[in-house]
Amino acid sequence: MAKRVVIDPITRIEGHLRVEVVLDENNVIKDAYSSATLWRGIEVILKGRDPRDAGFMTQRICGVCTYSHYKAGISAVENALGIEPPLNAKLVRTLLDYALFFHDHIVHFYQLHALDWVDILSALQADPKKASEEAFKYVPKGYNPIATGEDELREVQKRVAEFAKKGDLGPFKNGYWGHPTMKFTPEQNLIALSHYLKTLEIQRIAAQMMAIFGGKNPHPQSLTVGGVTCIMDLQDPARLAEYMTKFQEVADYVNRAYYADIVMAAEAYGNEPSVVMPNNLGNYLTYKTMQTSADSWLFDACGYIKDFDLGKYYEIDESKIEEDVTHSWYKDTGFVHPYNGKTIPEYTGYVDGKSIDGEGKEVEVKVVNPKGKYSWIKSPRYDKTPMEVGPLACMAVNYAKGNEKVRKVVDEFLAQTGLPAKALFTTLGRTAARMLQTKVIADYGLEAFNNLVENLKVDQSTVAPYVIDKNKEYKGRFIGDVPRGMLSHWCRIKDGVIENWQAVVPSTWNAGPADGNGKKGAYESNLIGMKIADPTKPLEVIRNIHSYDPCIACAVHVMDVKGKKLGEFRVDPLYGAC
Amino acid sequence: MLDMQQVKQRIEKLKKLPGIAPKPIPQLLEENGFSRRDFLKWSASLAATLGLPASFAPVVAEAAEVSDRLPVVWLHLAECTGCSESLLRTDAPTIDNLIFKYINLQYHDTIMAAAGWQAEENYEEALKEFKGRYVLCVEGGVPTKDGGEYLTIGPYAETGLHKLKRSAKDAAAIIAVGTCSSFGGIQAAAPNPTGAVGIHKVLDKQVINVPGCPPSDRNIVGTIVYVILYGQLPAVDNFNRPKWAYGLRIHDLCERRGHFDAGEFVEEFGSEEAMNGFCLYKKGCKGPYTFNNCSRERFNQHTSWPIQAGHGCIGCSEPDFWDAMAPYEEPLANHKFESIEADATADKVGITILTVAGVAIAAHAAISAIKKPKE
Repeated sequence: MAKRVVIDPITRIEGHLRVEVVLDENNVIKDAYSSATLWRGIEVILKGRDPRDAGFMTQRICGVCTYSHYKAGISAVENALGIEPPLNAKLVRTLLDYALFFHDHIVHFYQLHALDWVDILSALQADPKKASEEAFKYVPKGYNPIATGEDELREVQKRVAEFAKKGDLGPFKNGYWGHPTMKFTPEQNLIALSHYLKTLEIQRIAAQMMAIFGGKNPHPQSLTVGGVTCIMDLQDPARLAEYMTKFQEVADYVNRAYYADIVMAAEAYGNEPSVVMPNNLGNYLTYKTMQTSADSWLFDACGYIKDFDLGKYYEIDESKIEEDVTHSWYKDTGFVHPYNGKTIPEYTGYVDGKSIDGEGKEVEVKVVNPKGKYSWIKSPRYDKTPMEVGPLACMAVNYAKGNEKVRKVVDEFLAQTGLPAKALFTTLGRTAARMLQTKVIADYGLEAFNNLVENLKVDQSTVAPYVIDKNKEYKGRFIGDVPRGMLSHWCRIKDGVIENWQAVVPSTWNAGPADGNGKKGAYESNLIGMKIADPTKPLEVIRNIHSYDPCIACAVHVMDVKGKKLGEFRVDPLYGAC
Repeated sequence: MLDMQQVKQRIEKLKKLPGIAPKPIPQLLEENGFSRRDFLKWSASLAATLGLPASFAPVVAEAAEVSDRLPVVWLHLAECTGCSESLLRTDAPTIDNLIFKYINLQYHDTIMAAAGWQAEENYEEALKEFKGRYVLCVEGGVPTKDGGEYLTIGPYAETGLHKLKRSAKDAAAIIAVGTCSSFGGIQAAAPNPTGAVGIHKVLDKQVINVPGCPPSDRNIVGTIVYVILYGQLPAVDNFNRPKWAYGLRIHDLCERRGHFDAGEFVEEFGSEEAMNGFCLYKKGCKGPYTFNNCSRERFNQHTSWPIQAGHGCIGCSEPDFWDAMAPYEEPLANHKFESIEADATADKVGITILTVAGVAIAAHAAISAIKKPKE
């Protein structure tokens, strides 16, 4: 007899997400549904505005990948207007990207994802001396571990023991401690726990890296259509040194802690079926990101692979990107390209149903209606085919294309862990790929910094001039990989203001519901076949969903109301000097 | 006025409440590797941030020591999590994290271990167990259109609107963290498709607004400490913003103010004037109309702030700024603006004041330009 488990809210993510799984009598997942429960409507709000303002508003789509939508909003307008920002500006934007990826990925693994892997209470049983020695096993060649000396580990243990003794674990209350799929030994738990705390320090440095040329973080404010505004900071050698130093400090941590802990996880979780079960969806899509010189990108692939095949790389054809809303809370349109996206909200809500609750009882709740609409997220498809995007796609497709830096980092990791390449296409692999992407930046990122310094010697330009002709119509787009995968923003400008705006974001690709052809996206399809140890504590599902690093505010803003009055708001953009 | 006696009484009262820690915090701090000196240093810096006289530093330390009595429930509505991210960057150094932990954070869905049914259980228990004693921090605006159906939370698909009202009922204090929960934020910009509003619009209790997109970690942490310190809400301005943080305009302490007064303006980004750090007013800086402490505190451990990075302020801690301050790279005085969302309340008055201020500032800028001595 099939039973359903509703998990709402999925915590430790950005945004509001529900996942429902249907289990058979052996607690194997037979079906899964992903439903976003918030809609904000930012594209509607963008219509009629000054194109120069778009980036500031799209930025507020998400405060976690805080820079992604800012850069995308600004770049889409530049693309539409035919603006080529100066090289200095392009490289500064890359430096902000490094800061973002560093911050986002380490915080995701340690603060958002780690509690699926690391049993904090078990760490109290660890032998700190043994743990300290063990930490040397996992670091990359040429590195020593960090924050795992016996003294520090004893201190961490003591701190957590005192905290646990209080009898109120606060944010750690009711966690999945002692769950049968928690596989780390007490010593391994202690190592990871120490890094959980250490990351709280390191992430501040990554945020400072962004603030140096970005003004602040979250939500930096130094990009403008045409370039960047931080010209004074670029003229200041102490500022450059500050960035370089902080970059090196975070990069060092990535190798000594983040890389090492993933190697450790690969060892401990290598035989846990829910973690190494192969994905069902084998298509991965990415787009080049992080420009490092006039004509090179750190991740240069613009395309996809099919059916887990790392041997064949396909170039992207942008015209084949479409979105469908059959099961999304919008009026049906069929598959449409984002330039022509027309969507009208149509909330039908949930229906009465039953779920196993936290006690194991079957209770009356609200559930999705799989035959109807059930999410605020749309279903993007490439050539009518679902694709997974994200760090795993970035690493796999760049590997297939022959990106040497990616190949080196991936091959070394596989050699050190003894994992086969196909292990990448699992929950563990997805989590590992995010780390590997961070390591590529850590190991090779300073190239862009050095090129910036070289260029500053001969060129001081930071902004390209432009005009917006009110009598002309423009359209343009940004496509590029951001921390959660391939992001695209598509805009049309008419009468000097934004006529239409559509964003197709990474979590939309991954978290969207089934499309009109019944094909499921990554979240839903990759859960099917997974066995759950205890339906009252579905940690396996939570861990799998976290491995994508969901960002649901990003996923649910997509919107364009046809024929709907936009209110009385008017802007009178003045383009000359005041 | 600050009343030391009142503060001390408050702390005595707090000390008598049952704490969750088995030991006093000073001892825990010491055991966790923080010296008394570090702690007092942090307290002094926080007292300074709060705009308190130096004599208050020991009291701040004492208040922080008893802060684990203060249960905090953090609710996310229509938002982008930027405010939680800002809070995560809090420093001074790791001691802030420790203080944060010892405020007894009962629910915060971005960092808590539990999910689904377990998370729901934590939420309901916190409301029950700490009834009348918890501080409710809210991040995000609240969608109200069509009964609030644009946001549901939990297995029963409860609307955010309903959950907010229910949670506010027994809260000791309510803090709106960020511009969205304070004034509606980005989703409330015209034409406000989901009817999003600041939470004070749907609650019948006082709400302290800590706006900013996002607010700095100093402003968030400082406000929470203020509640602990006084056992009451801080003195606020017309928009319920704590005066200690939002009492001055960005313009008042701006590092480029001299250039404004001298009539030296950046006319184009990337220009010689931009390289020389001239005033950004003509590139749309809203510092003259924006009340916040950015020019004093800056961001990310004082690393920088937008004006230092060469971009004008966009006015992100002001009500309705997404409409009222647009376009962000044009001077305000060039535009006649009126938001359809502003009703006939304080918001409207504020906007009227801003319009007047806009004209005045523009006049000042023009006069400054005339007085420009050379070139």
